[in-house]
Amino acid sequence: MTTLKTKQALPAEGHLATAPASEVRARHTPLVPSAGARRVWLTLLGWGIALLIFFPILWMVLTGFKSEAEAIADPSLIFSPTLESYIAVQARADYFKFALNSVVVAFGSTLLALVIAIPSAYAMAFLPTRRTKGTLLWMLSTKMLPPVGVLVPIYLLFRDVGLLDTRTGLVIVYTLMNLPIVVWMLYTFFKDLPRDILEAGRMDGASTLQEVLYLLLPLTLPGIASTGLLSVILSWNEAFWSLNLTSSSAAPLTAYIASFSSPEGLFWAKLSAASTMAIAPILVFGWLTQKQMVRGLTFGAVK
Amino acid sequence: MKLAHAFPMAGLAMAVATAAQAETITVATVNNNDMVIMQSLTEAFEEAHPDIEVNWVVLEENVLRQRLTTDIATEGGQFDVMTIGTYEAPIWAERGWLVALDDLPETYREEDLLQPVRDGLSHDGTLYALPFYAESSMLYYRTDLFEEAGIEMPEQPSWEQVRDWAAELHDPDNQLAGICLRGKPGWGENMAFVSTLVNTFGGRWFDEEWNPELDSPAWQEAIGFYVDLLGNYGPPGASSNGFNENLALFSRGNCAMWVDATSAAGKLYNPDESQVADRLGFAPAPVAETPKGAHWLWSWALAIPASSEKQEAAQTFLTWATSQEYVELVGESEGWTSVPPGTRESTYENERYQEEAPFAGFVLDAINSADPTDSTLEPSPYVGVQFVGIPEFQSIGTQVGQTVASALTGDISVEQALQNAQRATARTMQRAGY
Repeated sequence: MTTLKTKQALPAEGHLATAPASEVRARHTPLVPSAGARRVWLTLLGWGIALLIFFPILWMVLTGFKSEAEAIADPSLIFSPTLESYIAVQARADYFKFALNSVVVAFGSTLLALVIAIPSAYAMAFLPTRRTKGTLLWMLSTKMLPPVGVLVPIYLLFRDVGLLDTRTGLVIVYTLMNLPIVVWMLYTFFKDLPRDILEAGRMDGASTLQEVLYLLLPLTLPGIASTGLLSVILSWNEAFWSLNLTSSSAAPLTAYIASFSSPEGLFWAKLSAASTMAIAPILVFGWLTQKQMVRGLTFGAVK
Repeated sequence: MKLAHAFPMAGLAMAVATAAQAETITVATVNNNDMVIMQSLTEAFEEAHPDIEVNWVVLEENVLRQRLTTDIATEGGQFDVMTIGTYEAPIWAERGWLVALDDLPETYREEDLLQPVRDGLSHDGTLYALPFYAESSMLYYRTDLFEEAGIEMPEQPSWEQVRDWAAELHDPDNQLAGICLRGKPGWGENMAFVSTLVNTFGGRWFDEEWNPELDSPAWQEAIGFYVDLLGNYGPPGASSNGFNENLALFSRGNCAMWVDATSAAGKLYNPDESQVADRLGFAPAPVAETPKGAHWLWSWALAIPASSEKQEAAQTFLTWATSQEYVELVGESEGWTSVPPGTRESTYENERYQEEAPFAGFVLDAINSADPTDSTLEPSPYVGVQFVGIPEFQSIGTQVGQTVASALTGDISVEQALQNAQRATARTMQRAGY
């Protein structure tokens, strides 16, 4: 019963947040005279914090449009924008080749991870055994080992099976790298789903596969989507394995950025231009899917 | 319709056939200016050698070093040409990781390579890497500030003089530091500079029995001098400044003096990159007790890993990129101040270069007078001016670099820093079996 009450209360609060200011004021004026002012302040604070977090990225984007001389000059917001860094960067390395590798590797590894993780999370969430908790913790513990610790063995394995500098190799490594997190996240989402729904399906004669496909997946879609998004972002940003296991043909955007950093020479504008181009696709992707992301992350937070 | 489709297909098939014939070599390098130029001239190489295609892997110095070490130690065979430094060349050659370059073509003119640079890249008298560009260190200063203050730069400045000038010119209110020096910890960062300072103050890393001498009076004096000089007359936050940061500061006009790599000269003389191009003076690196080891010697060189399966094509590329013709090609297409310095006598005999790069003579003298085999006042068992040519030095140098940086920021005293450094170094050397 309490669950029901909270659920009913929620839309009312949500409504309050989105209600026109006048309505809010009319309802609350006698009690909270400064509600409007408080909202303005909170909005300003929110924007301030957002700007603070976003500032390094903004500065990078601006620096990319400066000339090299302006990039090292005293920081200034006034400059004559130029595309020279972008042109120079593109002339030196083919951005699209690196970007394609990033897309293939990030999405490929995410798909593969989901294909493996959905059945395993299903099994752990709905058919737990005595060892399920232990298995989950053990899986997570593999994330505690610094990757450099297994660099040489993996490098040797890859060399012997011919996976060095291939996209397949990176997809495999990224899948394994993200699998613990993907399984954990899916497990938490699945656990929140009332068992009764699946049982009802079973009563109606659904097979396990049908149960997963027609009940579990549609009901937990926001959770699966946000897990997938997180996995894509983690794979996109991964720099250790991509730098160490690729050289030219499978090198993704992280290797592309690394090639513009220099111990002897100032290429800040070019480095910024390259970084901006490297984060642009994932930034747009994240922006387009942010609703899904937030929905997924808060999915099951309130029952 | 079918015919129209067939033509592009035939063209594609031919293109595939040509690509299959051409051998592709992978060249790993750093993103320094001279290497960027090399990359932009790839077409010239491929035109001259249609049977070879070049693939580039460009990485940041430390990432590259780690990447190359992993590949070479596991015989991964991912690279056919590697960019390495004077530090790695003899160590890797000794381990059999590099292909000996003992059958270079006559036309390459090996004897034209500067002797100290050639020696630095050899092991047991055999060359294992070819120098792409080389550098020493020197003193840069602002002629306008010196003139205003009535200071005349002697032919060979001393560190004591440099300190006095730094004190006189230091003007933090106008964002001008008396002197800029490297402070960022790292064996190739602050320790490159600090080692030359220790050398000229009469110190050495190890005695002839490989016992570390980091708490010796010469080290105390040198580090004390460094901390005092850079702490009092350096730019704010000097302990995070490396080559690039100081280059930015000096070219913006925030330093009166700077002691660093000779390879900065070309950049500081370029008015597009530097605001002080017309007010730039240079002098040999300052000295204290002894001129020995007062300026360093470093070269970026190209080598072929033993695991490469395309050694012949790799050598063709190596001899092209380090040849006299390449230097001329860069001079003609990019301007003479941009040619890779410090590798060949012929570069310095070139009149165009002498004319356009007024620093040429200084650089040549500095490189020729740097002797990696005899860089300390008292004899030492190691090769290298600003480094010690043993595999353990990377970790030792970086660790000592961190303690020196802590002394610079004032977290610990110079004495304490050197005691810590001595203890850590002694432990590492003992563990390594010296």
